[in-house]
Amino acid sequence: MNTVRQLDRVVIRFAGDSGDGMQLTGDRFTAETAKLGNDLSTLPNYPAEIRAPAGTLPGVSSFQIHFADTDILTPGDQPEVLIAMNPAALKANLGDLKSGGTIVVNTDEFTKRNLTKVGYAANPLEDDSLDDYQVHPVALASLTIAALAEHEVSKKDAERSKNMFALGLVSWMYSRPTEATEEFLRGKFKSKPAIAEANIAALKAGWNYGETAEAFAVRFEVPPAKLKAGNYRNITGNTALAWGITAAGVASGLPVFLGAYPITPASDILHELSKHKRFGVTTVQAEDEIAAVGAALGASWGGSLGVTTSSGPGIALKSETISLAVSLELPLLVVDVQRAGPSTGLPTKTEQADLLMAMFGRHGEAPIAILAPQSPSDCFDIMLEAARIALNYRTPVMVLSDGYIANGAEPWRLPEPADLPDLSVEFATEFNGVDKAGEPVFLPYLRDPETLARPWALPGTPGLQHRIGGIEKADGTGDISYDPENHDHMVRTRAAKIAGVEVPDLEVDDPAGDAEVLVLGWGSTWGPIGAAVRGLRDKGVPIARAHLRYLNPMPKNTAEILARYERVVVPEMNLGQLALLLRGAFPGTDVVGYNKVRGLPFTSNELQDALEEVIKNG
Amino acid sequence: MADTVKAAGSVALDAPKKLKAKDFKSSQEVRWCPGCGDYAILAAVQSFLPELGLEREKIAFISGIGCSSRFPYYLNTYGIHSIHGRAPAIATGLAVSRPDLSVWVVTGDGDALSIGGNHLIHALRRNVNLKILLFNNRIYGLTKGQYSPTSGSGTLTKSSPMGSIDAPFNPLSLALGSEATFVARTLDSDRAHLQSVLRAAAEHEGSAFVEIYQNCPIFNDGAFEVLKNPETRDESLIRLQDGEPIAFGDKVVVQSGYGLQVKDASEVDAADVVVHKTDVDDPAYGFALSRLSGVALDHTPIGVFRNVKRPTYDHGVRTQVDEAATGVDRKEALDRLLASGDTWTVL
Repeated sequence: MNTVRQLDRVVIRFAGDSGDGMQLTGDRFTAETAKLGNDLSTLPNYPAEIRAPAGTLPGVSSFQIHFADTDILTPGDQPEVLIAMNPAALKANLGDLKSGGTIVVNTDEFTKRNLTKVGYAANPLEDDSLDDYQVHPVALASLTIAALAEHEVSKKDAERSKNMFALGLVSWMYSRPTEATEEFLRGKFKSKPAIAEANIAALKAGWNYGETAEAFAVRFEVPPAKLKAGNYRNITGNTALAWGITAAGVASGLPVFLGAYPITPASDILHELSKHKRFGVTTVQAEDEIAAVGAALGASWGGSLGVTTSSGPGIALKSETISLAVSLELPLLVVDVQRAGPSTGLPTKTEQADLLMAMFGRHGEAPIAILAPQSPSDCFDIMLEAARIALNYRTPVMVLSDGYIANGAEPWRLPEPADLPDLSVEFATEFNGVDKAGEPVFLPYLRDPETLARPWALPGTPGLQHRIGGIEKADGTGDISYDPENHDHMVRTRAAKIAGVEVPDLEVDDPAGDAEVLVLGWGSTWGPIGAAVRGLRDKGVPIARAHLRYLNPMPKNTAEILARYERVVVPEMNLGQLALLLRGAFPGTDVVGYNKVRGLPFTSNELQDALEEVIKNG
Repeated sequence: MADTVKAAGSVALDAPKKLKAKDFKSSQEVRWCPGCGDYAILAAVQSFLPELGLEREKIAFISGIGCSSRFPYYLNTYGIHSIHGRAPAIATGLAVSRPDLSVWVVTGDGDALSIGGNHLIHALRRNVNLKILLFNNRIYGLTKGQYSPTSGSGTLTKSSPMGSIDAPFNPLSLALGSEATFVARTLDSDRAHLQSVLRAAAEHEGSAFVEIYQNCPIFNDGAFEVLKNPETRDESLIRLQDGEPIAFGDKVVVQSGYGLQVKDASEVDAADVVVHKTDVDDPAYGFALSRLSGVALDHTPIGVFRNVKRPTYDHGVRTQVDEAATGVDRKEALDRLLASGDTWTVL
C-alpha cells in the first residue's frame, strides 16, 4: 500500500532527446493537471534543430510544468522532479534540479556509448554522483516493449511509446487522471488504431508500474487551486494570440486577412489561423516577409482586418511596408513574437530586445502604437486591444509577444460572449468636403477631430475614388504635396495621432503604500516579477509594482506614478531598452535596470535578490 | 467583403453609365518628362478602361516606385502608389480579399525585375487575378539613369562608366518560367496594338503579364526605335496573331532544334511555317518565341505569347474560406472554439 502525501506545489521537468516526444508528454501532463483544477504554468525548451543528433546534449528537449493549489505566476525556477530519458537529458538538466530532488531515469539508454557521447567517464547511476537526489532507475524502454508484447506493433513503434509509459508513471506519482490522454491518443492516431492502443497500453503500464513497483513508496496529491469561478482551459500564448485575432474579426465584423511567412516562434499563429476559415479568416503564406505584410496592407485597404505575424528578423524586413502603412494611415496588426537575436540568434529562445526596433526601427518619423501581452492568456485580450487601436486610429499597431509567452501555457478563464468589445467600423460612403470650386468632393485625409483618424473609404465605394501613396500628401485632399509647411504639419499630426491614442491608466500595486522602490516591467516578465514581489512581501520587504502593457503611447498617468517612488527597477530580457525610453520620457526618474539575455525567462529568485539589493542598498 | 460592406450599387453616388476616356482622368497634373512614352500608355489605358464596362470605383491600380509607378495618380479610379517592388504583393492582398474589383499593377523594369523580382514571379506562379503592366525602358529613370536589369551588357551609364557587366533578363522568358498563364508584349507608340493586348489581358482569368516597351527620351532615347522606324520595323517586328503563320517582311519562323528560328520565306515550305497558338499548354513554345529576340531586338514578337487557363489563386483561397464559412454564426462559433478541447469549471 502506497502512502499518499499532500503537496501545495510541484515543479516537474520532462527531458529527453528531441525525438522522444517530451513536448507531447509535457502537454498531456499539463492537460491532466489543468483538468484536476491546479493552477499551472509551463515552459517548453527545445533545440532549433528538428532532430539534432540523437543522444547528444544539443539534442535535448525539455518541458517544465509548475502546478499548485494556489495561483502561481511562473513555470518555477528549479524543478524538484526530473524525468530523464537518456544520459544527455540527465547531464543537461541536473544542474537545475533542486538538491534532494527526485530523478526518474530511463536506464536502457545508459549504455557505454551513450555515456561517452555526452562525456560521462563513469555511469552516474553507478557511482555516488547522484547521492544528493532520490534516483528511481526504471528500464522505461524495455518495460514498454515487454508491456506491448501482445500488441501488433513493431518493436520500434513499441519502443517509441516509452514516453507514454513515463507519463503514466508520473501521472500515478502525482495522482493525475489519464482518461483524457487516452481519448487524445485515440484521436491523434485515428488512422492507426494499433498505434493508439499501444500508446494507451504503455500509458497504463506506466501507471501500474508505479502502483506495483516497491520503489515508489509514496505518491503525491496537489489539491485544486482556488481560482475565480468560471470555465477554464489551458492555453499557450500563440494559440491565445490567434484566437484573439479571430475574436477581433468577429467583434469588428471585418474579415481577417493574415499574411505570414513561416518563422520560429511565430509559425504556430499561422497554423492556428489557417484552421479558422469558418470565421471568414483568410491566410496567405506569402513568398517572403515583405510580401506577407504587403498583402496584409493591401487587404486592409480593401476593408479587411489586415494582420501579419513574425519574429524579429521578419519584422526588420517588413519595416519599409510598416512605414508605408503609417503614411497611408490604414489599420494593420503586426505581431512580433520576439526571440533571441541579433540575426538568427537563438531562434527557439526568448528575449525582449525588439522594443526599440518597434519604437524606432523605421525610416522617417513613423510612430506606431505598441502593445505587449504579459502572459499567455493575455495574448487574447491584447489582440482585441490592438485591433481597437488600429481600427479607431487607422494605424499600424505592433504587438510584442515573445518565445516564453508564445510557447508557455497557463489556465485561462474563458471570457463570456458579452465580454467581447464592439469593434465595428464606419467606412466612408459620402463626400466630406468641397473643392476650390465649391463642388462636393471626398477628402481622404480630412481627420476626425477627436482621434485624428482619416476616413477609410473602401475601393468599390462609388464616387469616392482616390489615390494614396507613400509620397507626402496634402492635408485634407491627400494630393501629392512637396510643400515644406505641409510636410511639417503632417509629420506632427501623425505623431500627435499616436500620442493621443486612448489607453487605460497604469495600475500600481502597492498594498501598504509605504514602498520606496517600484518595479516596472513589460511583457513576459510579468510572472517572474510578480513571484519575486510576492516573495519580498512575504519577508516583509515593501515594494510596489506596475506593468506596462501599453508601451506606445504609455498610459497618461505613467509620469505621476513614477514620480511617487525614489527608484524604479526595470527588469528586462535585453540590455535596458524600456529603461532608455523611460529615461528619455521621464528624465527625473532614477531608473535602475536589471538585465539578462540568456534566452531564458528570469527566475523569481534572482529577481527577488536583485530587487532586495536595490531596496536595501540603493 | 460582401457580408460587411454594402453592395457598391446601393450607395447614392452613382457613376455615369457610359464612361469615356476623360472620365478616367484624375485632377492631378501629369508630371512625366516631355516626350516620355508613359504619356502614350496613359492615354491608351484611359481610352481603353471604358471597355471594361465597370464603374470607376470597381477598378484599382497599384504601383511600386519609379517613373511608371506614378501612373495611378493620373487615373480616376482607386489607386495606391506603394513602395519599390512590392506592388504585386499589395495587389495580391487586395485581389484575394476583393473579388469584385479589377486589380491592375503598374511597374517598371527596375521595380518588377530587380527589387521586386520575388513578388512578380510568385504572383505569376500563383496565378493571382492581377493585370501586370511592366513598362520596360531598360533604364532607371527616376534615379537619373543607372542601368537596369533589362539593360544590355556593356550599357554605359553613370553607375557603369566602363559598361555594365550584368547580363540582362528577358522579361517574357522570366514570366514564362514563373508559370505565367498570360504573357504578352506591346509597344507604347502603337495604341491600337497596346489596347488589343490590354483587352486580351483584361479578359484573361488570372495573372496577365504585359511587357510594354516604353521610350525614355531622357536617359535611353530611341531604345526601341528599330521596332518603330518605318525603315527597320518590317524586318524587326513580328506581329503575332493567334491561329496565323508567323511571318514578317520576307521572313518566317520555323522550328529548329529545341526552339524556333527565323528564315527567309523563300527558303521554307509554307507548311513548315509555325502557326502561332496562344493556348499551347507547354510553356516551352512561348519560351522559344521569347528567345527570338534579345537586347538587340533583331526579331521581336509582339502580341499575346501565351494565354492558357489555370485555376486562379484568389478563387482557390476564397472557395476554401466560403466553404468553411457559409452558414456559420461567427459569435456562436467563437464560443465553441474557446470552449473546445479540455476545459473545466471552477465553482
